[in-house]
Amino acid sequence: MKPPLWQSIGFYILVGVIVLQALFPFYYAILTSLEDGQALFEVNYLPRALNLANYQAMLSGGVFGKQILNSVFVATVVVILSLFLAVTAAYALSRIRFRGRGLLLLTVLSVSMFPQIAVLSGLFEVIRYFGLFNSLWSLVFSYMIFTLPFTVWVLTTFMRNLPIEIEEAAIMDGASSFTIIRRVFLPLMWPAMVTTGLLAFIHAWNEFLFALTFLSTDSQRTVPVAIALISGRSEFEIPWGNIMAASVIVTLPLVALVLVFQRKIVSGLTAGAVKG
Amino acid sequence: MATVELKNVSKSYGTVEVLRDINLELEQGEFVVFVGPSGCGKSTLLRMIAGLEDITGGELRIDGQPMNDVLPAKRGIAMVFQSYALYPHMTVFENMAFGLEQARLNKAEIRERVEKAAKMLQIEAFLDRKPKQLSGGQRQRVAIGRAITCDPRVFLFDEPLSNLDAALRVDTRLEIASLGKRLPDTTMVYVTHDQVEAMTLADRIVVLNGGIVEQVGTPMELYERPASQFVAGFIGSPRMNFLNGTVAAAHGAETYGIRPEHISLSPDAGDWRGRVILTERLGSDTFVHVEVDGVGPVNVRIEGRSEVHANDEVHLTPDPASVHLFDAKGRPIPG
Ligand SMILES: Nc1ncnc2c1ncn2[C@@H]1O[C@H](COP(=O)(O)OP(=O)(O)O)[C@@H](O)[C@H]1O
Ligand SMILES: [Mg+2]
Repeated sequence: MKPPLWQSIGFYILVGVIVLQALFPFYYAILTSLEDGQALFEVNYLPRALNLANYQAMLSGGVFGKQILNSVFVATVVVILSLFLAVTAAYALSRIRFRGRGLLLLTVLSVSMFPQIAVLSGLFEVIRYFGLFNSLWSLVFSYMIFTLPFTVWVLTTFMRNLPIEIEEAAIMDGASSFTIIRRVFLPLMWPAMVTTGLLAFIHAWNEFLFALTFLSTDSQRTVPVAIALISGRSEFEIPWGNIMAASVIVTLPLVALVLVFQRKIVSGLTAGAVKG
Repeated sequence: MATVELKNVSKSYGTVEVLRDINLELEQGEFVVFVGPSGCGKSTLLRMIAGLEDITGGELRIDGQPMNDVLPAKRGIAMVFQSYALYPHMTVFENMAFGLEQARLNKAEIRERVEKAAKMLQIEAFLDRKPKQLSGGQRQRVAIGRAITCDPRVFLFDEPLSNLDAALRVDTRLEIASLGKRLPDTTMVYVTHDQVEAMTLADRIVVLNGGIVEQVGTPMELYERPASQFVAGFIGSPRMNFLNGTVAAAHGAETYGIRPEHISLSPDAGDWRGRVILTERLGSDTFVHVEVDGVGPVNVRIEGRSEVHANDEVHLTPDPASVHLFDAKGRPIPG
């Protein structure tokens, strides 16, 4: 049955509003990044010029390239370590019975309850103590405090939904532990790992407060802080064009990752569909 | 010769003993069914034979060799799981080939064995499909096929029909029975809580209850000479009538047992008089529930149609040769 016309119109208006509200800020950032000088301050909603000067300025300016690499390094290491630790922890938490398992799981989750700001000063002491101040490892360390609980939690739930009989069937088939992990577990866990890994990556990529606090020199900074600290020729000038160009540049990797993995993400979010 | 021997096998989880002193000898090529109510330890016993559970006491031998500490894959055993446990990310072919790959067979032989099993189970058409593209019955066949390819000495099934709908269950039961005939050297061990499956499939039935073996015997032995009141009630459908009180006391027993099919019903004469409460008409049979004066509720099975109706007065006569008497501990009293 076809819905009445006013319902279709209403539906598309609503979709339009949602899309607009989600995409407009980014669209405007792209628009601004392509403009130069005075053109910046004239309000326009359609591209007038295609001027890549801002991008050139950012990418040839020296440290920004290094800062992107810093972010890539931190986010990648966080994802790899989190997934490795979370998969092993999830296996223990979902498959091995031991005393205090439920309590441990709750404790893991409750770690992510604390606001960043509440742990900031304590964490600062810890990082100084370990001599990690102004090192990228300080960020790896501190981001894992927040990414691990949810990766562990999600992967544990996911693994619990994998029937244990599949694993037992593999044992009966004569597969070694390593073969079971490689040929049976990882292929089944892959969607969940992609999803949680991507969320961990995005978190590490966007994080601001720790990155601002634990790193002190320009060449060590990650992109969110770097962009916030971009300054113009004088105190009174905010170089919007450069800031927007940098913002667009740092968004692209995330967009690319999401597009590459999008089908896996969908199946990760509908986890449990693995059943027979 | 016995393929599978269990000697005083027991199993405890911590301090909880779930199986006690199990002694069994399964002959080569035999179809043995473990039957018992839910939670009685059937699956645990099967999984101990498979090697998925540790044996905490006693000894397991297969073909004369001690197996307690042998890895599952080295026991010459294949298992069909209740949920089928197919690998969801592999095709049917890959599912069936996985075990053979682990045994390091060459590609040509793997293909040959898988195709032979697929042909036997009529699943050749699905070899390239993933499990989720198959119906329940087809998945079941793939699970059986995966087990057959390994050419096991002993074939284990854990409630393989419980995920199928009623009609398919009967078909698959027949297929499993004919599979047993086509593999005459393979010992089959089949776990179920359904006594009909046990009666129809088994050469011999092992009745388990509360972690111990109640009785081992052919289906007809269990039906005709149950070794306990539990077995008498568990085997046979509809259930045996158990009567206490004066009827039992008259025979010097605590409990008087008579199967519904061993009572005759007549409108005017008989040993017992009662009133019909309810009738269940199945076409082939009619079950008549009668409240007998001074005896209690009795279920009677009549072949074919019956013209009795609720509230009719009827007379019942139990067949004296088919009466089972039990003492207060549920042990049979020789009649
Ligand atoms: N891992 C376990 N820990 C403790 N008790 C268990 C465990 N597995 C099974 N049991 C107990 O063992 C008994 C037998 O279980 P099971 O063999 O699965 O029964 P069945 O298959 O006959 O229904 C049950 O009472 C169950 O509670
Ligand atoms: Mg069971």
